[in-house]
Amino acid sequence: MSSDVKTTTVDAKPEVKSPPPKPAAKKPEEKPVELPAFEKSISDKIIEKFGDKVEVGFVKEDRVRINVGKENVHDVAEFIRDGLNYDHAESVSGVDYPQDNEIEVVYHIGSYSDSSLARQILVLATRAQRETNPIPGNDATRLPTLRDVFYSVEFHEREIFEMFGVFFEGHPDNRRLLLPEDWADLPPLRKDFAIKGR
Amino acid sequence: MTNELPPGLALQKVDERIMTLNVGPQHPGSGHMRIIVQIDGDYIVACDPDPGYVHRGEEKMAEYRNYILNIPHLERPVIHDSCNVLYPYVLGVEELLGIEVPERAKYVRVIASELNRCIYIMYWLAIYGIFLGHSTMFMWPAGDRELLIDLMEKMTGARVTHAHFVPGGVRNDLPPNFEDVCLRQVNYFEKRIKEYAAIFYDNPILIARTRDTGILSRQDAIRFGTTGSVLRASGVDYDLRKKEPYDVYDELDVHTNVMKEGDSYARSKIPWLDMMESCNIIRQALQKMPKSGSVRVKLKPNPKGKGLDTVYKRVESGRGSLGCYIVSDGKPEPYRVKLSVPSFRNLIALPNLLRGEKLGNMPAVYWSLNYWPVEADR
Repeated sequence: MSSDVKTTTVDAKPEVKSPPPKPAAKKPEEKPVELPAFEKSISDKIIEKFGDKVEVGFVKEDRVRINVGKENVHDVAEFIRDGLNYDHAESVSGVDYPQDNEIEVVYHIGSYSDSSLARQILVLATRAQRETNPIPGNDATRLPTLRDVFYSVEFHEREIFEMFGVFFEGHPDNRRLLLPEDWADLPPLRKDFAIKGR
Repeated sequence: MTNELPPGLALQKVDERIMTLNVGPQHPGSGHMRIIVQIDGDYIVACDPDPGYVHRGEEKMAEYRNYILNIPHLERPVIHDSCNVLYPYVLGVEELLGIEVPERAKYVRVIASELNRCIYIMYWLAIYGIFLGHSTMFMWPAGDRELLIDLMEKMTGARVTHAHFVPGGVRNDLPPNFEDVCLRQVNYFEKRIKEYAAIFYDNPILIARTRDTGILSRQDAIRFGTTGSVLRASGVDYDLRKKEPYDVYDELDVHTNVMKEGDSYARSKIPWLDMMESCNIIRQALQKMPKSGSVRVKLKPNPKGKGLDTVYKRVESGRGSLGCYIVSDGKPEPYRVKLSVPSFRNLIALPNLLRGEKLGNMPAVYWSLNYWPVEADR
C-alpha cells in the first residue's frame, strides 16, 4: 500500500514542475467536418480576395474568425465593409501574449443594415510586436487604425492604447480614456503588470 | 508619459468667446464621469466625454480568479441589471466548458433577466425624471421598482447583485408559490407604468424639452455602432432577443419597439415601452416554464476549458447588446475576459449629439443615452 502511494507521488511531481502549456494562438484550429454553409461562404469570399495574406481562424455557427497581418488589416477591413456589408465594430479587445512577444487586437464586427448578417459576428484578429519596456507612442507596438473604416472603434482603440500600450497609427485621438491622468506604470492589462498580493 | 496637462485642465484658448467647462465627475448631473464642454454663450460647440472616474479593473481581476469566482465581481458594473451583465459571461463559459443547461433553468433565467431589465430601467427613469426637474417622476419609479425588487429577493435572496446565474443554470430553484406572486406583481406593475404616460410622456413640458433635441440619424446610429434603446429610437430594428435568440427566447414571442425620430424623446420612450414588453415576456415564460425539474447542472469543483479556445457571446441587456469575449488557455482561470458594454458603445454618440445644443439641454440629451457610467468604466 505505502509503496503504491510513493510511486504515485513520484509520478505526479514532474507534472507539477513542468511549465504550463503556452497558448499557441496563431495555430489554426482543427476544422470540424461539416462547416456551416453561410459562414463558410463569408470566409471563402475573403480567402478568394486576399489569398494567403489572411488565415481563417475558425468557422463556427454565427462566428467567423480571420487572422491577418498588420500590414493587410486595413485592406481586409475595407473589403468586409464594402464587399460584405459589415458596418460597425461591436467590441475591440486586446490580448497580451508575452511568450510570443506579441499583442493581439481582436475586432468583433457586426452588421445592422444587412438583415442576413444580423446573427453574424466577424472576428478580425491582428497582432503587433510587444515591447518589454513600453513607451506608448514611441516604440514598435504599433498598428494601423481602423477608425476611418469603422468609426465605431474610436473609443475602443483609445482604451487599448492605454490598457496595452498599442499605438494606433492614424488615429486622431490617441489619448488616455479610462486611466487616471497621472498613471505612470505599465499598461495595466498586460500580463507583466501583476496585481499586488496575487 | 508627457508633461502636458490632462485634457480639460490645459487652457485651450480657442477664441475669446469660448469657455471650457468641466461638468463632473462629481457633478450630480453627469453621473460618475466628466464631460468637458466648450460653450459659446449658452451653446455647446464641442464636447469631450472623459469616463474612467469609477474604473475598477474588472477585466484584470477576472484573469486571477477561476470561472466560478468571477461571478460575484463581474456583475458589479451594473448592480441594478446584474443578471444581464452576467448573462453573456455565463453563456460563454457554458460554451467553453461544454455544459448543457436544463430547460427549467433557461426559463428561470429569462424571467430573472426580464425582471432585472425592468428594475434597471425604473432606476434610470427615476434619474431621468429628476434631472429634467420632474420630482414625481423620481418618486414613482423609485417606489414601483420595489415591487420587482421584492420578487428578485424572493427568487435569489438578494435585493441587488444577485449572483444568481452560474454556468450550468441558476443558483437556486424558484421558491414555492413564486409563479402566482410573480404574475400578480407583474400585472400590477404593468398597470402602474401605464400611468406614467399621463404624468410624464404626454406631459407638454417634457415634450417641449426633449422633442428635437440631440437628434441621432439612422445613418449615424449605425456608423457609431450604438446599441439598444439609442439604436432603436433611430429607426433600426435590432434586438438580440429576436435577432440572435439565446436560451429560450426563440420560443417566446418578442416584439421589438422601434421609433423613427431619433431625438431625446424617442430615446427616453423606448425603454418605457421595453418594460411593457418585458411584462409580456415574463407572463409567457411563466406559462411555458416546465413546472418541475432540475435548475442546475453539477459542475466539477474547478472547471477548466479544453485548451486554447475563444468565445464571444452577447445578450440584450437593459441598455443594449452586451458582449463578452473570453479567451481560455485550458487553465481554471480565463486568460482574458473582455466585456463589451453598451454604455461604452453609446458614449461615442455624445459629442455629436451635444454639438449645437444649449447647455441647459445637456441632462436631457446625456441621460437619454441610457448611459451608466460605472458600466462604461468597468
